[in-house]
Amino acid sequence: MNDEYVLMKGNEAIAHAAIRCGCDGYFGYPITPQSEVLETLSLLKPWETTGMVVLQAESEVAAINMLYGGGGSGKRVMTSSSSPGVALMQEGFSYMAACEIPALIVNVQRGGPGLGTIQPGQCDYYQATIGGGNGDYNVIVLAPNSVQEMADFVDEAFKLAFRYRMPAMILSDGVIGQMMERVKLPEQKPRRTEEEIYAECPWATNGINLKNRKPNFHSSLESDPLLMDKRNEALQAKYAKVKECETRAESVSCEDAEYLLVGFGSMSRIAEEAMHLLRNEGYKVGLFRPITLWPFPERELREAAKNAKGIMVCEMNAGQMINDVRLAVSCQIPCDHYGRMGGIVPDPVEVVEAMKQTTLKR
Amino acid sequence: MTKEEIIRPENLVCGKPTLMNDAPMHYCPGCSHGVVHKIIAEVIEEMQMEEKTVGICPVGCAVFAYRYLDVDWQEAAHGRAPAVATAIKRLWPDRLVFTYQGDGDLACIGACETIHALNRGEKITVIFINNAIYGMTGGQMAPTTLVGMKTATCPYGRDVNLHGYPLNMTDLAVNLEGTAYVTRQSVHTVAAIRKAKRAIRKAFENSINGIGSNMVEIVSTCSAGWKTSPVKANKWMEENMFKYYHLGDLKDVGKLKD
Ligand SMILES: Cc1ncc(C[n+]2csc(CCOP(=O)(O)OP(=O)(O)O)c2C)c(N)n1
Ligand code: SF4
Ligand SMILES: [Mg+2]
Repeated sequence: MNDEYVLMKGNEAIAHAAIRCGCDGYFGYPITPQSEVLETLSLLKPWETTGMVVLQAESEVAAINMLYGGGGSGKRVMTSSSSPGVALMQEGFSYMAACEIPALIVNVQRGGPGLGTIQPGQCDYYQATIGGGNGDYNVIVLAPNSVQEMADFVDEAFKLAFRYRMPAMILSDGVIGQMMERVKLPEQKPRRTEEEIYAECPWATNGINLKNRKPNFHSSLESDPLLMDKRNEALQAKYAKVKECETRAESVSCEDAEYLLVGFGSMSRIAEEAMHLLRNEGYKVGLFRPITLWPFPERELREAAKNAKGIMVCEMNAGQMINDVRLAVSCQIPCDHYGRMGGIVPDPVEVVEAMKQTTLKR
Repeated sequence: MTKEEIIRPENLVCGKPTLMNDAPMHYCPGCSHGVVHKIIAEVIEEMQMEEKTVGICPVGCAVFAYRYLDVDWQEAAHGRAPAVATAIKRLWPDRLVFTYQGDGDLACIGACETIHALNRGEKITVIFINNAIYGMTGGQMAPTTLVGMKTATCPYGRDVNLHGYPLNMTDLAVNLEGTAYVTRQSVHTVAAIRKAKRAIRKAFENSINGIGSNMVEIVSTCSAGWKTSPVKANKWMEENMFKYYHLGDLKDVGKLKD
């Protein structure tokens, strides 16, 4: 086991973890606050050690299509970007979802809309969970709240992406990307051999063993509506399975909680601090943190909220995840929202005040 | 001679490459796409690269190319084939990776990806079917549409004051330091087909030998989009397209600069 701790930024941890978990290729375009991912990879030169390809693409549009190509050929490929860049990638998400191509996309969010701000934000929740691309599709979304999870979720996201043959996203934000924390990096794993790739991805387009099989192809075009309907049904059946099997969440002090704070990513750390402040004052407050944003951990939330009289959803946006929370509890528990926009990271005291003015009166 | 005698293997002067299957092609009569598919299949077979080839088809009339040639294919989003090919080639360096793109795909929506992949010297081949029109969507103006040429979106003829000038991507590719072999061919006669095949072979060999990026433009017809018969389309191409898009090798360097 590797039990050495190192101090680094979340963005750097992503780069180190990618190399260590046997990633085959990174394709990305610089944008703040995540450029350290490509910078760290360029400094570490993994093409000389593990053989991992690192390429600065000409745009996010190109980068996501490189993922379509690389993932389609069975390789573990990833990109990272921040909000405006991820917006540009949405067509590619839709194509990869349609062709069932696995890949990892990291979004270190900043405030929007438009060019917005380089300061942290969480306003791409809708884009990540209900999709900015066209068509009925989903991607798996993991939301880390520490540098350690930035590192751990890389391998985890790849596993999920390949298990279900769909894109997986790490939805982080400028706080987690930029802050330094101690982190235990994963063990170095070798990249898969051609044989291993063929065994894991018999559907991949790489020519292997063509003489003994039908040619593989990836195409999202279907001219027959009945076939298109069938393909969509198969996709939806897969998504139902992911919803059934892959929800992840963390509950803190929810057993006796009369009030619940709900937050994801960096906001969950702030909400947790607010929870402690309120507990010190005698309020029975718990914290619920969705780790998978899609699939949303509905069952886990219902369990955590079983005695709750009110829920406060904290986000660095105008109120996006709150709708999933309301749906999860079928609007049976009143839900309030505390959000800051524009790149402002709220203070726990602000959350405490907001709780006192609304949720705790319920 | 009876029919049976004629089709005896020893009497055949040309056959169907085995990589080409029997799926009926969706192309219009006289369309250049089918001919180019066939010579690509022949070259892959002659190079014995069947198990090491990945083709990237475009959004355009060739969107179904994967149905006809029995190698592995990915269909890229409109214009993005060079980015898709870049990743596959870098991740599988011993593979023969080529894109197959129309003029709308390559010279318009995908101009950025095309220029950058070529300029990086990606070891791929870009096959560029220039029919000066958007065939698939019903004959709208392409960046390559000739001045004065009528299409559905320039029904009075391309007017430089309104629509700007035709974009000659292959001439542009010559000036990119990443390209090794750049050529412009056609497939309207048997002699032209033979030449085009030699050009594709050379481009594919360069790609395999790691010599820069390679671009083969095929000046093509689109009788449906041009609203004419296949025979007249060939004649129109010779008289009009070749004047603007000159045939022949435009660049051939054995090695890129270090
Ligand atoms: C993003 C996007 N925009 C537009 C289209 C519609 N579209 C499909 S094919 C095409 C043009 C094809 O023309 P070309 O590349 O010249 O190929 P051809 O059919 O002539 O071979 C367009 C505009 C699309 N599929 N996707
Ligand atoms: S529309 Fe034009 S390019 Fe398309 S198949 Fe017909 S002739 Fe060929
Ligand atoms: Mg065209």
